[in-house]
Amino acid sequence: MTFNYKNVYIKDTSTIAGPYEKDGPLKKYFDKTYSDLYFGEKSFEKAEVKLVKDALVMLMKKTALTKKDIELTIGGDLLNQITASTYGTYSVGNAFVGIYGACSTSVLGMIIGSNFIDDGRCNNACVVVSSHNLSSEKQFRNPIEYGAPRPSSATFTATGAAACLLTNEKTNVKVDCATLGKIVDYNQNDVNDMGRVMAPAVVETLLTHFEETGRSVDDYDLILTGDLGVYGKAILQDYMFNVHDVDLSNNYNDCGVMLYDLEKQEEVNAGGSGPVCSALVNFSYVYDQLKKKKLKRVLLIATGALFSPTMVYQKENINSIAHAISLEAV
Amino acid sequence: MVIKMKNVKYDRTADLYKADEHRVRNFFLAFLVGGLIGFLGELIIEILINEFHISRSDASTFMIMFFIVFASLCTALGFFDKWVTKFKCGLLIPITGFAHSMTSAAMDYKNEGPIYGIGSNIFKLAGSVILYGVVSAWIFGMIRYLIGVIS
Repeated sequence: MTFNYKNVYIKDTSTIAGPYEKDGPLKKYFDKTYSDLYFGEKSFEKAEVKLVKDALVMLMKKTALTKKDIELTIGGDLLNQITASTYGTYSVGNAFVGIYGACSTSVLGMIIGSNFIDDGRCNNACVVVSSHNLSSEKQFRNPIEYGAPRPSSATFTATGAAACLLTNEKTNVKVDCATLGKIVDYNQNDVNDMGRVMAPAVVETLLTHFEETGRSVDDYDLILTGDLGVYGKAILQDYMFNVHDVDLSNNYNDCGVMLYDLEKQEEVNAGGSGPVCSALVNFSYVYDQLKKKKLKRVLLIATGALFSPTMVYQKENINSIAHAISLEAV
Repeated sequence: MVIKMKNVKYDRTADLYKADEHRVRNFFLAFLVGGLIGFLGELIIEILINEFHISRSDASTFMIMFFIVFASLCTALGFFDKWVTKFKCGLLIPITGFAHSMTSAAMDYKNEGPIYGIGSNIFKLAGSVILYGVVSAWIFGMIRYLIGVIS
């Protein structure tokens, strides 16, 4: 399902990153970084709430808006009951929408916000997403200090929070159009190879996007997927080229691969993941390049593995989803 | 049918990009480290028997206690998970791994309090080991008993 927008712009973004992301190649684009994983809080869940608050405070500072000026706040994260978003966004904005799209949350939130604004239902909307390496580790995998060995295809949940303010006032970066994806099931069930699980969702969303907009790969300066990692990226490129005749070798990259220095930071294995992984790259580096007009048109495809440990233990497949949004420099 | 063909086709492409695991290297590393811990345990037992003149069964209890305290302490201080990443499962299979699994689970849930946190989650990983350890001990005990009755 594709939407074309006439009147939606990005006013500004804010990015808060954790210690591992700080050591990565995008350090200079982040607004604020931390050196430890507690951020002065007592638990990792509270630390993630702090990240969300930080991102919102930074966004309000950069846009010179107050808590009451923000009309709609849209937030999502990986924790049960999306607690980081519900606690972190408290008192910011006049209405709140909590969403869950696993690692595709950032683009999902942007699409919802853009639809509200383009329909004239509100003037601005704030989208905030977060993830914390250790709070997700605790929730989805083994205890934090256990440190069970992980295969090289596994990805590493990024720590941070990122927010962006969508508005109907004209700025340098326009939200051009977006394609809302559907859930796909390609019979995948390897919890340690999420790139392989999510690549099919990108295939479906990308093909739908091209079909419904009449565009092709060459219409974009850069196409970015969310968090496929090294192996998922290779699978996607090969599959798109050999099965669908779409060449992704020139202007395509993956945020999970870009966020870390994969050679030096061995602990991240195949690359970054988590809702904030794609948001940290998109709201910092990509937004910066669009603002400076170094990139003219970018397609962001955030990918989410709709993974539940319970369903995997009950021998169900892992489904995935991908949402795409196109941003333009104007 | 059409859907199945699509999945097969996708799997064929995806299988080309499987990550290389250093299985042989990890296997020998785990074997070596695990063996080293066993050797250390035996060494402690021998020292206790020869230097402190305690019986072998008491000495092995002391040795196990030493490893449990040592592993839990290292987990709490944050070393153990880094060692596991480096030395793989050689550290997880001996009693050190058992102690480590309980301490790490307890640390994870300390913020939820002593009852709903630590109490109900400390056996998150170790629970299976205890349950099936007891069950298999019962089965083998019965087999041994029956063999004794027959002969």
